[in-house]
Amino acid sequence: MSISRALANAIGVLTLASAITASWADTPGPTPPPLPNYAQECAACHNAYPPGLLPAPSWRRLMTGLSRHFGVDASLDQATTTEISNWLTHNAGTYRRVSEEPPQDRITRSAWFLRKHNEREVPLAVWKRAAVGSPANCIACHAQAEKGHFNEHDVRIPK
Amino acid sequence: MVTLSSGFFRLWLLALIGSALPSLCAQAATPAEQLAAYSARAGTPAQPTRGQQFFNNRHGHDWSCSSCHTVNPTVPGKHASTGKVIGPMAPAYNPERFTDTAKTEKWFRRNCNDVVGRECSAGEKADVLAWLLTLKP
Repeated sequence: MSISRALANAIGVLTLASAITASWADTPGPTPPPLPNYAQECAACHNAYPPGLLPAPSWRRLMTGLSRHFGVDASLDQATTTEISNWLTHNAGTYRRVSEEPPQDRITRSAWFLRKHNEREVPLAVWKRAAVGSPANCIACHAQAEKGHFNEHDVRIPK
Repeated sequence: MVTLSSGFFRLWLLALIGSALPSLCAQAATPAEQLAAYSARAGTPAQPTRGQQFFNNRHGHDWSCSSCHTVNPTVPGKHASTGKVIGPMAPAYNPERFTDTAKTEKWFRRNCNDVVGRECSAGEKADVLAWLLTLKP
């Protein structure tokens, strides 16, 4: 084939490859089915955050400090704490960008989170909308967040 | 001869299961039963009006029970931090409330620590539950 044809093919393949990997970048990897106790205990007050969003050391710290969980007492009996802790650390994030332990183990203070939700993408006023509330309320805009789906094409920011 | 199909075996099996059931369902208790238990531990009868006052008091901290459960817990409440919807607390409006003693104790322990800064006494729990049980359609 001619050089220009080969070049066109190469560009086509590279574009396709980058499109595929770009959409991979929006998903923290396959999310395991939620542990029933995780959904029942932890999602009683907030989103059931997919375990892949934090590295294991962050989950471990959170689970040993439940009586002081971001300002509230979220303590559980030892057996349930151990069960949930094991599940979280076993399914914790291993992608390079999730290896960083964010400040206060807050998902929303991770470098990757701040980058993806910077002011150009999400104006500050959006976080204050009644339907959103705070950056920690993933499902307000990412309806399938608890299943680990964050594809930007499915984002719907409520008014 | 005792065989699997014999009436004797069936009776034995039924007795075995029947005696195990109470321990399997040990946590289940109606709201009235839980109120009776707290009142008995407190040693005094529960007072619904005192319970309502306790429910709406901030106890010197940031939140009252009503901060999340509303002043009228016949309607859904909302977590004061996360905004997560919380089903009504009054048993007449939410049949699953106060049906599992372990669950009741867990939430009293955590929420009293946050609201009051300590565990609630049996008397305080009795008062609050007594008030919640007065809320009928």
